Amino acid sequence: MSQTTSGAAGEITGAQSLVTSLEAAGATEIFGIPGGAILPAYDPLMDSSVRHILVRHEQGAGHAAQGFAAATGRVGVCMATSGPGATNLVTPLADAYMDSVPMVAVTGQVGASLIGTDAFQEADIRGITMPITKHNFLVTDPADIPRTVAEAFYIASTGRPGPVLVDVAKSALQATTRFDWPTEISLPGYRPITKPHAKQIREAARMILEARKPVLYVGGGTIRANAAAELTVLAELTGMPVVTTLMALGAFPDSHPQHLGMPGMHGTVAAVAGLQKSDLIISLGARFDDRVTGNLDSFAPHAKVIHADIDPAEIGKNRHVDVPIVGDCREVISDLVVALKAEADAGHTGDYEGWVSFLAGIKQRYPLGYDKPAEGLAPQYVIERLGAIAGPEAIYASGVGQHQMWAAHFVKYENPRTWINSGGLGTMGYSVPAAMGAKVGRPDATVWSIDGDGCFQMTNQELATCAIENIPIKVAVVNNESLGMVRQWQTLFYNERYSNTNLQRHGGPVRIPDFVKLADAYGCVGLSCETPDQVDATIEKAMAIDDVPVVVDFRVHRDAMVWPMVAAGTSNDEIKYARDLAPEFDEDDL
Amino acid sequence: MTKHTLSVLVEDKPGVLTRIAGLFSRRGYNIESLAVGPTEHAEISRMTIVVNVEDSPLEQVTKQLNKLVEVIKIVELDPTHAVQRELVLVKVAATTETRGQVLDTVQLFRAKVIDVAPDAVTVQITGNAGKIADFLQVLEPFGIRELVQSGMVAIGRGSRSISERTLRPVTVPVPPASHVAS
Repeated sequence: MSQTTSGAAGEITGAQSLVTSLEAAGATEIFGIPGGAILPAYDPLMDSSVRHILVRHEQGAGHAAQGFAAATGRVGVCMATSGPGATNLVTPLADAYMDSVPMVAVTGQVGASLIGTDAFQEADIRGITMPITKHNFLVTDPADIPRTVAEAFYIASTGRPGPVLVDVAKSALQATTRFDWPTEISLPGYRPITKPHAKQIREAARMILEARKPVLYVGGGTIRANAAAELTVLAELTGMPVVTTLMALGAFPDSHPQHLGMPGMHGTVAAVAGLQKSDLIISLGARFDDRVTGNLDSFAPHAKVIHADIDPAEIGKNRHVDVPIVGDCREVISDLVVALKAEADAGHTGDYEGWVSFLAGIKQRYPLGYDKPAEGLAPQYVIERLGAIAGPEAIYASGVGQHQMWAAHFVKYENPRTWINSGGLGTMGYSVPAAMGAKVGRPDATVWSIDGDGCFQMTNQELATCAIENIPIKVAVVNNESLGMVRQWQTLFYNERYSNTNLQRHGGPVRIPDFVKLADAYGCVGLSCETPDQVDATIEKAMAIDDVPVVVDFRVHRDAMVWPMVAAGTSNDEIKYARDLAPEFDEDDL
Repeated sequence: MTKHTLSVLVEDKPGVLTRIAGLFSRRGYNIESLAVGPTEHAEISRMTIVVNVEDSPLEQVTKQLNKLVEVIKIVELDPTHAVQRELVLVKVAATTETRGQVLDTVQLFRAKVIDVAPDAVTVQITGNAGKIADFLQVLEPFGIRELVQSGMVAIGRGSRSISERTLRPVTVPVPPASHVAS
């Protein structure tokens, strides 16, 4: 039984108890929209220390909470009413579940006596979100509110982080109760293991020393675990090459000579080869996603695998594992460093010389690059310049598609929590609200949303929120007038039949909508840029505006494609460096 | 594919059955039999789940089940070291000519008549899957009118209890109000 401390004297409403509980749990900002069932909570919220940011769509509230959490490492909080308010949170919850984002969603529910009657704005959001939350609660007794909120924050932020939904019946918000904040949490079925097993660490260290072609396969878990500093120590101690997945960009500096880049479907040739031809993969907080492995049967066929993850269910899920390590990434890496330092002091170090120089050769021969079009603006150039001018201290939040891959490649990340994107679920429309949440969490930082014109039109209503709530984000719309990634697949796999990917009228001179006017209408500064020579000046102009949100419409040419590419379902060996161009590996060098 | 019997101890909270059933269906596994009921601890329920999978997906099922916050413990019961029982109530046609044979069969299988009507008897039988299948096969020619069967329940042999150590309170301190997030 949990012990309690007596809180404020006397009886209060469940709504007051909810707001006091959120304060007690450490919430400082909540993104949300009121409505009938959650209405009682919005009254005490007015007098609370918590800043409530009124968004324009609940999906925006959810992604903002994700962006806040990703940028700060703290639990992001969003709030919505019952029924449609709650169902609008489904996409962000699913997104946060896939990308292990610590987040608490509070939803109102119809009164307890109405539950199950198909009441107005009733939806069984607990049932709906069971498969897409780490855990969820339905509260009908107001006395349960403080304990439930405490458990929700605890579950969301510990172990493998994830979203937790707390659905509170309106009757519980209206009833009177006492606020008793628990001093202890007792969840008999929830005991995350953070400390890795010493025997497994020893075995891993032995394999690392014996390997000739090892690679550190770094996933988003290293960022969630704040393990970037430890990772650099491990990499430099051993000299092993490093690949960082889409979720892990910034966990290891892009400028580091040991860094091969991002692996996967649109990975660098060096990173793909680094995994594919390795004899030992040390997976740190990664999950062998199909976008990384390509065809699983032919993935890294000669590699043994050390798989470290805080979630035991990830270990061995997709790929056979030789040394499983359950634990928090930072503790795993720290323990590996201790073990390998002891070996080094005893004169045992790995010999990776041939491997390192083989990969250095590939990295040099197949660098990231792109063709500059004869006329018009290359989207990659825009993103490259944006990264160079805004610098590695800025935060970049992207949507999903071509611009996301270019932002992954051409912005150079040096710090964790500076790259925020929807990796697992691939949610178009993620960028603007996520950037908004990141800016709220890190008001000192420059926050750029790098978005596509397709994505931007899914959630740009949050520009109103940004303008009114004084959240001066900057948005670079990489506008190719199409659903670019889908168009790229149509170019490559559907004989250039562009079915429903053109976002403008065929041949029409009028842009619908005009993003500059749209920005203006939302109280933001709207800029546009059409030629390479305007790019730097436009970005600098946007950088100089600090008091209102800025939207830059970069009108880029629409035929640019993302390379390298491993076609879906094929082997990583089939990577193309550019269209119809396969890299050659001189494996005799190995 | 092989049959595996999982004993799953869960917190007795609303929705826990949905969570477990939903997990099986969304991960693509079929539940062959499921029985849920209270245990010697008021706040813990026990589910006996029979699932037909290979060993490696079974490990994945178990790990995914363990991730559910309300799942406290999962034990796979080795059939050679466990007692397994199912309960069947079956309504069999029994006319004056056949009643004697039906009752003989009931006695032979140590089943029990629990209700009698002029033209039928209702029989209760417990046992493992094999015994029950045999019994029903013998009854078949008389005419089975209606049949209801429980999921399998199973318990390990010997004196050890799987729930012994699960109730040890594992508590974590909650940071004082307003300093939870780091």
